[in-house]
Amino acid sequence: MLIYALKRLSIALLVAVTVSLLTFSMIYLSGDPAMALAGESATQQDIENIRRVYGYDQPIIVQYFNWLANALQGDLGHSHYLKTEVSNVIFDRLPVTMTLGACALGFALCLSIPLGVLAAMRPNTLVDRFALTLAVIGQALPSFWFALIMIFLFGVSLRWLPITGSASWMNFIMPSIALGYYVTPAVMRLTRAGMIEVLSSDYIRTARAKGLRPSVVLFKHALRNAIIPVVSLAAVQFGFMLGGSIVIETIFAINGLGQLAWESILRADLPMMQAIVLVLSCFYIVLTFLADLLNAFLDPRIRVS
Amino acid sequence: MAERILEVENLTVDIPVGGGMLHAVQGISFHVDKGETLCIVGESGCGKSLTSLAVMDLLPKKAIRGANKLELGGEDILNAGERRMSDIRGNTMGMIFQEPMTSLNPAYTIGNQMEEALKRHRKVSTREARDRAIYLLEKVGITAAESRLSQYPHQLSGGLRQRVMIAMTLMCGPNLIIADEPTTALDVTIQAQILLLLAELQREFEMGLILITHDLGVVARIADRVAVMYAGQVVEQGTADQVFNRPTHPYTQGLLDCIPIPGKTERNKPLGSIPGIVPSLVGPFHACHFAERCQYAFDDCVKGDIDMRPAVEDGHEYRCLLDPETCRANAQKRGVA
Repeated sequence: MLIYALKRLSIALLVAVTVSLLTFSMIYLSGDPAMALAGESATQQDIENIRRVYGYDQPIIVQYFNWLANALQGDLGHSHYLKTEVSNVIFDRLPVTMTLGACALGFALCLSIPLGVLAAMRPNTLVDRFALTLAVIGQALPSFWFALIMIFLFGVSLRWLPITGSASWMNFIMPSIALGYYVTPAVMRLTRAGMIEVLSSDYIRTARAKGLRPSVVLFKHALRNAIIPVVSLAAVQFGFMLGGSIVIETIFAINGLGQLAWESILRADLPMMQAIVLVLSCFYIVLTFLADLLNAFLDPRIRVS
Repeated sequence: MAERILEVENLTVDIPVGGGMLHAVQGISFHVDKGETLCIVGESGCGKSLTSLAVMDLLPKKAIRGANKLELGGEDILNAGERRMSDIRGNTMGMIFQEPMTSLNPAYTIGNQMEEALKRHRKVSTREARDRAIYLLEKVGITAAESRLSQYPHQLSGGLRQRVMIAMTLMCGPNLIIADEPTTALDVTIQAQILLLLAELQREFEMGLILITHDLGVVARIADRVAVMYAGQVVEQGTADQVFNRPTHPYTQGLLDCIPIPGKTERNKPLGSIPGIVPSLVGPFHACHFAERCQYAFDDCVKGDIDMRPAVEDGHEYRCLLDPETCRANAQKRGVA
């Protein structure tokens, strides 16, 4: 188990290093950053000054390690547009996005896993068709459109839910559903496929031959095995959701990281974008690592070698 | 007379398929007494496994089961209902499956899976269930039984897993064990060990044992009685001595002709084989199922269903139009009697 965890951890660290390299090089995406900062009317002298002040004149590798050392200490740079430390803004916004992500994932799992199990228990029946329909709709609907429909229905017509902001838990209902619904189909289909496969396996027959109660057969013997691939998928989907939150947060005017990313793109606030990408990627890496550990806990074939 | 444990009369299993109804098992009758081993032999697809699943009421959902009588220890289990059946399964009647590699749940320890079998049917503490599991693991010849309890199936070899399966089936001390080709997936050397183990346990615990196999060598060693199945029917049934030494049905004779016997089969003489293939069991089929492949077949063989009829000795019966004396002569001519 320890060896497995260490192996996974080192892979996670390697991914993190790669991500940091890519993120760092973002600054050079639009050409010379000093020139970009200086603006159109700057003289050659101004550009040279800026280059020296921000350290752009040093070798790239030195710049990278400086940047990395700062990032590891929590200093993600300075937003030239907002004239403030990037990390302050980000850690201000992060909880909102995390709440949204967690609620969305919670909604997605609570909907998709029971539906997947039900569909697997009664394949090709009404329940199964219903679940399939839901999945197809979820897969086909762009989440921004689905969000707009909800806003129109529950916000404007029925006036049940607030449509903007992040002041109370009510604000999170519609965005969570809009964001979570998008990942529901994949998780549901995988749960269904996994359950159907497991339910027809030999060890389920053994469990029944032991006279175990149907609920024990279903939850103890079947679901535990069927859920293993779902854990990995859920982690991947959570990563997608962090990206998807850019759209959803913008639509619902939620003051989270997604909206910040959107604003920063408009403002060409490179350090801010760099930091957002880095933070979200790190979250994704941590989640994948946790999912690997959870899988090892669920599946002794991974844990005990 | 010994106590009767299982009585099956006219068992049928039908499975709806694309082209109609597949009559997989067509009116099988047999019984098992206390302390007796019944071997059901026959080639792949003849309905052996479905017969055992039908007794356990573990058939696939779409399969349709029918019978005149299905009694376990005098209790009607044909109309018992799922609740009652789940009380019986694993308790008074246990089953060992063909695939030890996949028949244990990979996610739980051996101990967990063994203990839950006992806890489901008896009011026992975890401690007691654990002790019983250790006792039985030792019984089936597993060393370091106590430490095995915390191991997972993937850490054990196929032979060990099958031993665990056997021990697990014994947890509640069943009266009847159905073993469906328990050694097919194992190495040849392990096969014999497992079968002898089964026979030993069966004697020690005085259980009834139904052993389903297509290995006639095995059958000859441990069977009390033998039922030979062909294409969904029992074609010959009797004591092991009767079926092996005085085979009556042409199919049984053909089967025995296929087995080389050291010291008896002539060198360089080709081994026997049965020409042709098994008939399709889809749709109505009123004829001798073996007629197409039978060297003794004549017109009447395909003019209607053939019934079981008694052979010369008591308890020996077969499904053929030829009279016992003719069959006997045929067997001697083929060198299988």
